Amino acid sequence: MKFRYGVFIGMVLFGLHAGPLMAQLEVFACEPEWAALSEELGGERISVYTATTALQDVHYIEARPSLIARLRRADLAVCTGAELEISWLPQLIRQAGNTKIGHGKPGLFEAALQVERLDVPQKVDRIMGDVHATGNPHVHLDPRRVLQIAKALSPRLQQLDPEGKTYYAARLAKFTQRWQTATDTWTRKASPLRGKRVVTHHKSWVYLFDWLGIEAAGTLEPKPGLPPSAGHLAELKHQLAATPAALIIRSAYQNPRAANWLSSQTGTPAVMLPYTVDGTPAADDLFGLFEDTLERMLATLR
Amino acid sequence: MHLSIESRIFLLLLVAMIGTADVFAAEKQVTSSRFNPAISLILNGSYSQFDNDPELYRLPGFALAEETGPGEEGFSLAESELTLSGNIDDRFYGSLTAAITPNNELELEEAYFDAAGLAPGFSIRAGRFYSSIGYLNNKHSHRWDFVDQPLVYRAMLGNQYSDDGIQLRWLAPTILFAEFGAEYFRGDRFPAGGAANDGKGTYTMYLHVGGDVGVSHSWRSGLSFLNADSDNRETGEPADIFTGTSRLAIIDFIWKWAPNGNPRQRNLKLQAEYFFRNEDGNFNSSVYKADQQGWYLQGVYQFIPRWRVGLRLDALMADDPGSDFTGTVLDTENHDPRRISTMVDFSYSGFSRFRLQYNRDESSSDVDNQVYLQYTMSLGAHGAHKF
Repeated sequence: MKFRYGVFIGMVLFGLHAGPLMAQLEVFACEPEWAALSEELGGERISVYTATTALQDVHYIEARPSLIARLRRADLAVCTGAELEISWLPQLIRQAGNTKIGHGKPGLFEAALQVERLDVPQKVDRIMGDVHATGNPHVHLDPRRVLQIAKALSPRLQQLDPEGKTYYAARLAKFTQRWQTATDTWTRKASPLRGKRVVTHHKSWVYLFDWLGIEAAGTLEPKPGLPPSAGHLAELKHQLAATPAALIIRSAYQNPRAANWLSSQTGTPAVMLPYTVDGTPAADDLFGLFEDTLERMLATLR
Repeated sequence: MHLSIESRIFLLLLVAMIGTADVFAAEKQVTSSRFNPAISLILNGSYSQFDNDPELYRLPGFALAEETGPGEEGFSLAESELTLSGNIDDRFYGSLTAAITPNNELELEEAYFDAAGLAPGFSIRAGRFYSSIGYLNNKHSHRWDFVDQPLVYRAMLGNQYSDDGIQLRWLAPTILFAEFGAEYFRGDRFPAGGAANDGKGTYTMYLHVGGDVGVSHSWRSGLSFLNADSDNRETGEPADIFTGTSRLAIIDFIWKWAPNGNPRQRNLKLQAEYFFRNEDGNFNSSVYKADQQGWYLQGVYQFIPRWRVGLRLDALMADDPGSDFTGTVLDTENHDPRRISTMVDFSYSGFSRFRLQYNRDESSSDVDNQVYLQYTMSLGAHGAHKF
């Protein structure tokens, strides 16, 4: 009996009771979209911990003890990279002391670095706000880029867990097929949005706009990272009076006040979009995220 | 300008470095400047007004280290802090923080390298650095929630204990965050002094545990121990000489709340630390043995974006060391030091902050009302902060 207690206590202490027994890789996903993609590609061979939620602003996450402890145990961290997590991930990596995870090591996968990035600044100056030197990191709202990232992430899983090579390859093939079919459907469905002018809260939608041919009509933030100010909103109202926009969009974690004010002043409808997985109840996986995003935009446009 | 030769060379090098970084960045090519360390500069200054003369500041019952009072009155510059940091190679990380004091002196606050992940969960730090004991000890002054440190830090650690030495850390592979650390220091800085035991005067040990409660709450708690041997440590003017041992135990606790884990709109931070110290040795040729303790409790609440308010309570208690010490700094004057502080601060962006603080300071029986107006500006690369 004594021995059994010891084993039980050991299991509780080291958290072995968590996760399915099949799991070969512990994945630390910085954002819900990469947790969802990892699950699509890794299935039962991985167990995924998601560091942030759709209600949090991933620019401003604290390097909490719980996150350090989770990164310490992980075999692979799947993050956006391109400086999106610069205020917390480097601190987690340095404190976790995980031999597998660090820059240049296979245990750190940076999704944004797998695709071509937009908004790469010619010059970086804080006068422009909190800009990212390597370009806009919010790459996950373009399904074409998501597929490119999937095609880079699957080989990484195969490299870290070679026994599951055929399993991961099969899941990637299945995902690719489903995703391409879905992307074609979404692109057709979204055709009424083409060429429309849309106001956003933060510059986190440029890849969605790039995919759908939507024109950015300004941001509620005066500069990236600064909260909307009365003066800037008044100026925006003035601009919209001259050249109207079709929509004002914001994500679940952003305060609705600025978007609602501008909407009431200009008559441009405002809509909250899931932005990432679990941002709305319908966005329960990557497919749901795109379906609900388009559904909400189209419904508001009508 | 009375800059020392070293300071001049340092500043020249710095200007040269920033200059080249800019030129190369403009070319948008991968050049050697990409290997330059990240540069961060903190500008700090304040306007202060006190009822009492800060030169006469005292904490009865405690021998104080240098620069631990309420600061200068009127307009004054605090230390300007310059940090250079970067990866050395795929194994090592290096960081240097120099403070340029308002008197144009250059002070090396930290200069260390880190080796993380040499073995699972193990990290080593070596060089000069702030000890990881307690919660506030290793936080640079631009991260403090008040203009000044709590009285326990002022009295027992000379604001912050940093020294030359080595640190070993191990993080347990558990879901509950559990970190063990041990440090060995030269022992040249308060509360140690004189680099006792052939330059191995201080050792510390600490345990930190922490985690989340739901998605909106997170916490960390710690237990730390410091043993500092002093060999003719000098404090005050004219100097008091102490030879002996200071043993300090700290219990710290911090609780943070942010709705849905999103601190952008609103967040609350509650923080408390309790210090217990035993000093045993000779103070100015008298045998000195006493226990001292103290605590602080503070809360800081961000009620709308950019604006925060804070309240802090401070207390210290020292044993009466006996009639040998009547009239010295160790004479408690039958007074337990107390202080209440309130502050409000405004951050325009994450990089600029203005703060107004009021202290009702009963450090000694001469009650002081202290008002501070402070700015803190961060330029350049700004690295990730610890919890």
